[in-house]
Amino acid sequence: MSARFRRLVETDRPQVSLTVDGVSVTALAGDTLMVAMLTNGDALRSSEFSDLEPTDGRRAGFCLMGACQDCWVWTAQGERLRACSTPVQGGMEISTHQPEATWATIA
Amino acid sequence: MGDHRVIIVGAGPAGVRAAQAVVRAGLRPIVIDEAARAGGQIYRRPPENFQRDHEALYGTEAARARAIHEDFAALLPHIDYRPETLVWNVAEGHVWAAHEGETQAIPYDALIVCSGASDRVAPIKGWQAAGCYSLGGAQIALKAQGCAIGHRVIFLGSGPLLYLAAAQYVKAGAEVAAVLDTSPFWLRVKAAPKLAAMPGLLWQGMKLLGDLKRAGVPVLTGVTPVEIEGDTQSGVSGVTVRHKGAVKHFAGDAVAMGWHVKPEAQIADLARATFAFDPATRQWLPQTDADGRAGNALYLGGDGARVLGARSAEVTGELAAMAALADLGLTVDADRRRWLLAEKANYATFAKGLAQAFPWPHELVAAIPDEAIVCRCEAVTAANLRASVNTAHAQEANRAKAFSRVGMGRCQGRYCGHASAEIIAAARSVSLEKTGRLRGQAPIKPIPVSLKRNDL
Ligand SMILES: Cc1cc2nc3c(=O)[nH]c(=O)nc-3n(C[C@H](O)[C@H](O)[C@H](O)COP(=O)(O)OP(=O)(O)OC[C@H]3O[C@@H](n4cnc5c(N)ncnc54)[C@H](O)[C@@H]3O)c2cc1C
Ligand code: FES
Repeated sequence: MSARFRRLVETDRPQVSLTVDGVSVTALAGDTLMVAMLTNGDALRSSEFSDLEPTDGRRAGFCLMGACQDCWVWTAQGERLRACSTPVQGGMEISTHQPEATWATIA
Repeated sequence: MGDHRVIIVGAGPAGVRAAQAVVRAGLRPIVIDEAARAGGQIYRRPPENFQRDHEALYGTEAARARAIHEDFAALLPHIDYRPETLVWNVAEGHVWAAHEGETQAIPYDALIVCSGASDRVAPIKGWQAAGCYSLGGAQIALKAQGCAIGHRVIFLGSGPLLYLAAAQYVKAGAEVAAVLDTSPFWLRVKAAPKLAAMPGLLWQGMKLLGDLKRAGVPVLTGVTPVEIEGDTQSGVSGVTVRHKGAVKHFAGDAVAMGWHVKPEAQIADLARATFAFDPATRQWLPQTDADGRAGNALYLGGDGARVLGARSAEVTGELAAMAALADLGLTVDADRRRWLLAEKANYATFAKGLAQAFPWPHELVAAIPDEAIVCRCEAVTAANLRASVNTAHAQEANRAKAFSRVGMGRCQGRYCGHASAEIIAAARSVSLEKTGRLRGQAPIKPIPVSLKRNDL
């Protein structure tokens, strides 16, 4: 899976590690979770409507300003995070799949 | 006099100038902003550990950006600043604000909303593919994170931000495949007299175009977008447009798309502002008097009221605050107010010029092919929307929303609302105004159901 985002400047920052769907990846301190994930891969999640016609497949965010909610990802504990406005933290365990709905995860 | 309760929503250029005016009058306002650092959209700041200085980040606007950031820092001892706090509802004289899983209802005597704008986007067939971003989003990636949204980026839309963001990408070393503007160049020529109300800004715009051409970036005006190509797995692979009778294809792995910006008016809506249809920009806008009064102790400033740009936001933010202060019975400087009103009028003329030069492509939107997705949140196609209009007689936007679900997804209509109204109007052969307005609903952004009240 190739990187979607390309780093142009500000690359001289300490590294942090996290896991995405169990795979260990490296990002930079100060990255948003979205940048951390999209400099390592090409999507954040699959559309929950991808069984519709036409299928609309995998998603990688849209607005980057907290307005569209296209960038939701989940922690191992099932907490929903908005990747574009959540700073990455070392040791995060992120899932790109929505967990089974529970009272803590729907809203 | 210290007991007047003033709440300001937004710490962009409008909110910062509003806060300054309120503090000057001897009050201590609450300033609420969803972002971690003040500055708003245009003067958005990267995280603390980033290195670029104001010149690198904000170019020609560096001095203004620095002034906003420094003036806000100087205000901190005199205001109750609440960063990373979302205003998600306004009801019965209270602002509902959420921070770290907790919420409270804060009463106010005056509410000054400076909530800024978000991208106005037209759906293009294929725009749901991963790698399509709003134009503002593309700019945020660069400004706040030092990243390009792809390895080869196509800019599609219209308006000054299209050229600005593309030029910023080129300057930062990104590969820009093309700038594709749906507005024909002659409209810019026609709008020149109005644009000349702000000669400095007009000149900057022309310089950006020069920078792009010198960098060898193809700039096409008057294009008709045909399709954003890509697949559901790997995302965008290119854009096809019609231009001067020919079909042109540009390969790229990312698209930045936007047609100017529109007010984030949901808070104003919940606070009971009245809205009126603006035929020039084909949208519903909250109504205020010249100073920014919207009734019910509500005051609107900056691009959240009307998109007049960042410089004007400083003017209208201060004006809105002065109106609030005057209504609270405090004295305001009448000369200063007159000067601000005159400045605002100039920016308004310029904004009319921009609307004329870079119009919202409503005919393209109305003619979007049936198979294209209008609502990217829930994959609702133009065919679904048209069918709901015809079968359910859902002539009105809120009814069509209920039947087709367009506008009910995660973005709550922010990125499909304007387009779906155009499609409904065309499908029913009625005027856009007749389709009505998608009403704002609380919460204006999703909040966790586990939110706890901490003020009881
Ligand atoms: C992504 C983007 C990029 C832009 N770039 C440029 C540019 O380069 N040049 C230019 O001239 N113009 C640009 N604009 C236009 C921009 O709207 C204005 O120029 C300027 O930022 C307007 O200032 P403002 O104070 O009205 O709003 P903003 O600067 O947008 O500030 C609004 C503030 O309100 C906060 N807010 C909004 N809603 C809530 C809520 N519910 N709860 C809590 N806080 C809230 C936001 O977090 C934000 O900080 C851009 C717009 C966008 C959307
Ligand atoms: S990308 Fe739009 S909310 Fe995160």
